[in-house]
Amino acid sequence: MCGIVGLFLKNKALEPMLGEMLSKMLVTLSARGPDSAGVAIYGTSDGDNVKLTLRTRDASSVADVADELSAVLHQRVATIRSNHIVLSVARNQESSVLSWLKAHRPDLQLVSAGTNMEIYKDVGLPEHVVSEFGLAGMQGSHGIGHTRMATESAVTIDGAHPFSTGEDQCLVHNGSLSNHNAIRRNLKREGMAFSTENDSEVAAGFLTWRMSRGDSLKQSLSASLNELDGFFTFVVGTRTGFAVLRDPIACKPAIMAESDDYVAFGSEYRALSVLPAIEKSRVFEPEPATVYAWERP
Amino acid sequence: MPVYDLTVSSVREINQALHQLSPDTNQTSWQIDNPQGKHAISVGVDAPVEVRINGHVGYYCAGMNQKATILIEGNAGTGVAENMMSGMVHVMGDASQSAGATGCGGLLVIDGDASARCGISMKGIDIVVKGSIGAMSAFMAQAGNLVVFGDAGDALGDSIYEATIFVRGKVKSLGADCVEKPVTEDDRARLSELLSRAGVADEVEIADFRMYGSARELYHFHVDNIASY
Repeated sequence: MCGIVGLFLKNKALEPMLGEMLSKMLVTLSARGPDSAGVAIYGTSDGDNVKLTLRTRDASSVADVADELSAVLHQRVATIRSNHIVLSVARNQESSVLSWLKAHRPDLQLVSAGTNMEIYKDVGLPEHVVSEFGLAGMQGSHGIGHTRMATESAVTIDGAHPFSTGEDQCLVHNGSLSNHNAIRRNLKREGMAFSTENDSEVAAGFLTWRMSRGDSLKQSLSASLNELDGFFTFVVGTRTGFAVLRDPIACKPAIMAESDDYVAFGSEYRALSVLPAIEKSRVFEPEPATVYAWERP
Repeated sequence: MPVYDLTVSSVREINQALHQLSPDTNQTSWQIDNPQGKHAISVGVDAPVEVRINGHVGYYCAGMNQKATILIEGNAGTGVAENMMSGMVHVMGDASQSAGATGCGGLLVIDGDASARCGISMKGIDIVVKGSIGAMSAFMAQAGNLVVFGDAGDALGDSIYEATIFVRGKVKSLGADCVEKPVTEDDRARLSELLSRAGVADEVEIADFRMYGSARELYHFHVDNIASY
């Protein structure tokens, strides 16, 4: 069991409220996943810079770490939220920054990289996690949240969703995959790197790999139907896109709402009930094995 | 009339009040506002009362219902009216998966669509869906009638025992041991009676429905399969 929420805004006037809406949605689903929670937020970009979201082991020393990074790397610290630091890095310096981090600060986890996307995740009840990061104050065009009930592996931050395996790409997953080891091996041969043994990270990696070969988000998800074996409801974000896919027997719950203002996803309708003017939205259950995708113009 | 607002009261409070009703209660009309997708609303009612729920409900609404009429002015989540024994449940929007699952009696009417596994393992319940139904509906259905005005998804009636399925639209595929059967006068009369009971007899032509049921080859011993035993 896990809970997923997603929100893709069509009406720009709602963008200042994205975090607040997503936060309410996620807390509503606490019963589906009290162990850890995470969100990916697609906010404003810092020119063409790449935002690297890094997680420190300890929130109390986060300011010192941020000072060190900006002094040594000459990069701007865009945000500090609890134990997460967002570094804004010029594109031509991204690889040197990443190699420095790998060599000198292996204790810092790279959570995500992207012009717009930032990912925050931690263990604990969703309401604690969202207040820890101040999710309600975040702005953006779209966002995805996940709340996890750990059933197959330990309650760790590494097992928390969303997973990001490509720039501005993220995936959350409710379910379990049975052939993820084989797919991980194949993707590693193709040059992809994975940071966990988690099945959901493999799903994210598969989509990233397909998109790097020219697939659209929609095409990559269609391809996953033939390759991934198991139970899944995926909600996927890219810089401009938002998509949903359920396995062919629709094992895991999903409900969506669409209006002129937004597209919203929830594992249960409860999560959508907190949205503005939900009673005027078209509420529907996504069909099994059908890709639903939205793209910002 | 007792009116409960679920932004103020808890589901448990309402359900306990409903469970305490005696069969001859005079409080026969109940109202529940702002359900907001909460689960297990109005489960286990065992009295001839009417409960009107204004809004979308979560999982298992009206489960195990006996005698009561439960009206849902919205969509219903997973397992609406599951294991219903008698009475009536009317969903005015769509129903999610496993609507009417394992129902032993009573009538479930869904004005919109029902998703996957509608009527799974039904044991005597009658289900009328005015929209379409999803894949694997009436899986292992044992008794009762499933009537669909729209279309049916994949593997309809897989491993069905003795329930009857009437579909007006297209059937994407039939499950194992489910076959189309000729509609007899008796079947037409049964369908007509059921549609009248659901209050929708005027909305459709009986002749437009095709009927599906068990080929009875899956669950009877067949001498050709002796080697398997």
